[in-house]
This record gives sequence, C-alpha cells and structure tokens, in this order.
Amino acid sequence: MNKPLLVLANVKTYYPVKTGFMNLKTDYIKAVDDVSFELMAGETLGLVGESGCGKSTLGRTIIGLEPLTEGRILFNGNELNFKTERVSLSKQIQIVFQDPYSSLNPRQTVGKLLAEPLHVHKIVAKNEVETEVERLLELVGLPKTAKERYPHEFSGGQRQRIGIARALALRPKLIICDEPVSALDVSIQAQIMNLFKQLQQELGLTYLFIAHGLGAVKYISDRIAVMYAGKIVEIGSAEQIFTNPQHDYTKKLLNAYPVPDPRKRSIVVQQGQNDA
Amino acid sequence: MMTSLLSVRSLTTAFDTEHGKVVSVDDVSFDVQHGETLAIVGESGSGKSVTALSVMHLLGPTGSIESGELLFDGQNITALDEKAMQKLRGNDMSMIFQEPMTALNPVLTIGNQLIEAILLHQSMTKKEACATAINMLEKVGLPRAAQIMKQYAFSLSGGMRQRVMIAMALVSKPKLLIADEPTTALDVTVQAQIMRLLKELCQQSNTSIMLITHDLGVVAEMADQVIVMYAGQIVEIADVYTLFEKSLHPYTEGLLASIPSMVFDGKQLESIPGSIPARYQELAGCRFANRCKYATERCRIEKPQLEEISAGHFTRCFEWQTLEKGGVAR
Repeated sequence: MNKPLLVLANVKTYYPVKTGFMNLKTDYIKAVDDVSFELMAGETLGLVGESGCGKSTLGRTIIGLEPLTEGRILFNGNELNFKTERVSLSKQIQIVFQDPYSSLNPRQTVGKLLAEPLHVHKIVAKNEVETEVERLLELVGLPKTAKERYPHEFSGGQRQRIGIARALALRPKLIICDEPVSALDVSIQAQIMNLFKQLQQELGLTYLFIAHGLGAVKYISDRIAVMYAGKIVEIGSAEQIFTNPQHDYTKKLLNAYPVPDPRKRSIVVQQGQNDA
Repeated sequence: MMTSLLSVRSLTTAFDTEHGKVVSVDDVSFDVQHGETLAIVGESGSGKSVTALSVMHLLGPTGSIESGELLFDGQNITALDEKAMQKLRGNDMSMIFQEPMTALNPVLTIGNQLIEAILLHQSMTKKEACATAINMLEKVGLPRAAQIMKQYAFSLSGGMRQRVMIAMALVSKPKLLIADEPTTALDVTVQAQIMRLLKELCQQSNTSIMLITHDLGVVAEMADQVIVMYAGQIVEIADVYTLFEKSLHPYTEGLLASIPSMVFDGKQLESIPGSIPARYQELAGCRFANRCKYATERCRIEKPQLEEISAGHFTRCFEWQTLEKGGVAR
C-alpha cells in the first residue's frame, strides 16, 4: 500500500459556454477546478459533495469519458492517454454507474452482457467464457441461472450486482464507483456496500467511491475527500473527517444527515398553536 | 373524541397482470389523525406507494380496490366516482411525488401550471391566481418568485423543483398531504431543507402528512406515527419513539441496523440478507421468514397475525418476545 496507483495533479475539466452579444464571448464552467490527490493501491478514497459539485465529472475525467482540460493524471506511474491506449486502459480502470436501470442493455441477457467484454478483450479462451461468466455471477452473489435472464427481471439491488460483475469482468485494478447505491433502498444499500468491501478484500481492488452523502462512504473509505464547487475543500482519513471536520462545508454535510433518533430531532416546530 | 381525518379499513388492492391477479396491498388498516404525520416505511415492492395511490384513487386501469373501506373526513370515498374524486384530489388531499422532474410538465411554465391548479379548484380571477401563486412560491422559500413563474422546469435544480411541487400541493390548503418519497432524489443538504419546509407549512395549516419513505432517518425527523410494511402487509405499527427504542419486529430491527450512523465507530454496516420473495402471496408461513434470523419452524408453516403488544404498538411476529428480551439469534 505504499505506491500510488493513481495520481491527479492540478486536474481541470472546463466546459466552454458561449455567452454575450452574438455568442462571441466564451466563458468556462469550471466543473473540476484544480484537483490534486494520490490514491494508493488497495485503498478506498470516498469522494463526497452535493449535486453539481463536479464529483461525477472528476470520476468520468479519470476514465476518459470527459476530456481533460489541464493537468496530469498518472496511473501506475504513466500518464493516461485515452486516445492511444483506450483498450489497454479499460482493462485496468472500470466504472460502476449510479442507475442500474439505464446502464444495462435491456435487449441482452445477463450472460451476453458479461460475455461481451470477455470476448472483446480476450480475457479467457472462447470455450471458457461460459464458466467465467458463472464465476463472475457467483462472485457478486447471484445464481448461475441469472445468465439466461434479462435485466428487467431483476430488482434494483440485483441489477447493481450485475453492473459490478461487468466492471469486474476485465479484472481491473481501479474501480470508479459513481454513486452506486444512491438509487437503492436503505436495506439494499447496506448489502451492496458490504459486497464492495468483501470484493476489495478478495481481489485487492482500489476504489474511488463517489457519493453525495457522508453516510454512504463512511463504512468503506480509508480516506475521504469533500468536494465543493469543483474544488476539494478537505481531504483526510475517514476518522478525521467524522470526528474532527475542519472545513465549514464538511460540518454542514455532517449536520444535514437526519439522525435516526426521534428524540434528537433537528426540526423542531412549535407545537399546539394551530390545533383546533 | 376526535374522529380521524383518514381511516383505512382492511384495504386490499390488486393488479391484473399476465400472470393473473397480484395482490400488492393485503388487508391494511390504519388511521391518520388531524395535524399528524404518519410515516409508511418499507422497501421497494412492499406496497407502501400502492397504499397511497389507493387512497387517491390513482391506481390506473389495471389496479383496483378489491375490498375494504376508505373514510376521509367522515365521508366514505371507497366507491366515489372519478368526477367526485377529481374534486377531492388537489383540494382536500394532494400528493407530491418522488421525481420532481417527471411530475412537472416540461412544456408549460411554472406559473402556468400553478395558475391552472389554482383556477381548477378555487374561484378567483386569473390575476388573483397569479398573485396567490407568487405568494405560495415565496412561502416555500424560492427566491425571485415572479421570475420563476416565467421559467420552465428544466431550468430549475432538483431542490427548487421539489419546492414548486410542494407549493402546488399546498396551494389549496389540503387537509391531507401524501408525500411519496419527497426527498429521495435530493441531496442530503437539500433534503434537510425540504423536510423542515414541509413540517412548518403543514403545522401552520394543520395539514396531516402521509409520508412514504424507505429512509428511517427521515422518519425519525418527521413522523408521529409509523407503519412498517413488508410484502404488502403491515408488520409493525408504533409511535415514532417506541419504534426507535423498542421495535418488536425483526424487519424493523434490520432496517434500523442498516442506517449508516454519523458517529465514527469503525463498525461494519449491517444489512438484511436477500430481498422480498417474488411470489410471497403463495407462502404458507410468515412472508419475512426466509430473511429472518429469528425464524423458527412455526414461522414457515403458520401465518402470524398483527397483535397488539401494548397500547398502540402492533407487531406481526411469533417471536416478538425474543426481540423484547434483547434478541438472541438462533
């Protein structure tokens, strides 16, 4: 755990917007603005912040889905270049998306969905694809028979397991988890979080775990980065962030969480004034 | 004695599907008192949303109320026709939905939609309706209300859209507001604002809230009474303090354990294994038995009934005494 797997140095992702008279002026929306951090092999970094703070854009920039405006991203010591090395890089970095309902092709069986990356990247010999698909399903806690069924036949939590199996198919080193549990029920969220943790121990994965609340990343993160308006405002060990938050925004995020205890309500409304 | 605002008696709702009739709400009874917040908790597929839609008569062409009775404000609304229902909906009862993007019309301005809702239920001129709408938008905490009236839904953020939905639902001062996962699609920081807003506005006008959610954190902040639903049935009813302090159903216990706490203790997050069984209607015993760590042989062959343990605290479990003693897993 001493060599950084991923290094971000002054990463910026800007989107040009035409404004002004006749759209002649070009302004920039600074979605990710000068972000730097290191991610060690086998580590989990939680990345939290509200909608629009640039956390997803950052994740997508790392995997090459958004163009890098400025700065450097090093993976395993080498500069990432998605123009020339897309195929070899996608074997090493994978992403799990937020919405398990729209990220799986509804016309393909689960078996086909999982076999496709295996064929394209020639991960296993042709006659072993079937057993590899079964192994992947077992890894994420789904029955082998799932391969004959279509995504719509599964619940949200099961679909997210399929999404995880697909990310694992290429045996990546780094997985970017872009709010993988936000669309799920609280009880199912816990199952999926525990699955991520268990897979990390078994396969030695490195995670960049993106979420909008601190609750979701608490159980999985070694370190947590808090992002606000395109910048990282605080980064530290999970324990530091929870027990001794420094930045006002981190404190605000911690306080915004509803406390699961009705006797400690933060919403106190005057009682009895309008009772008939 | 005060009569309750909404009284649901033995409600059973079924849907026609290609596989025959599917009962998704099974013999559900509860009351909502004036000015009270009742939370219905459960995971996807537990029947909590269908319960709310049954009350609103919004089940669509395939769903129907099979049996049971709905009493709203002393009136039996079980078999009310569509025209009478339309008068009730948006007037005395309104609903806000989970996804504020799809619930608003994308090709009408916010102002147009609000004014339409007002004119439909209240007799006033368009000018007065416009003033009422602006006033309502200000009440839900939106800045520059007059400007927002001219904007379309896509130009507003999720939190702002949900505020517009709340404004639209409360403009007719309903007696009952049904909120179906009002904060699930929102950020935690925005969620806290919306919850506070709902609570304040409803307190001011003595509106009862029926809050549907899967998040017990939200329940702890908002609710007076809580109903926990699983696989179409009520499994536990209690006031909010009793539920959080001495819950007597293993499903509620599992839900409580799966909330991430905000204190750093380095513990593993607990979860309820498995998911709701697909054909739970055909199970001989308790519908939760296959996911329950307390389940005994009896649970698999005999159906537990909803039992009143103490005043107002009901549970549907044979093993509630084991839970009461502190819960020894078998």
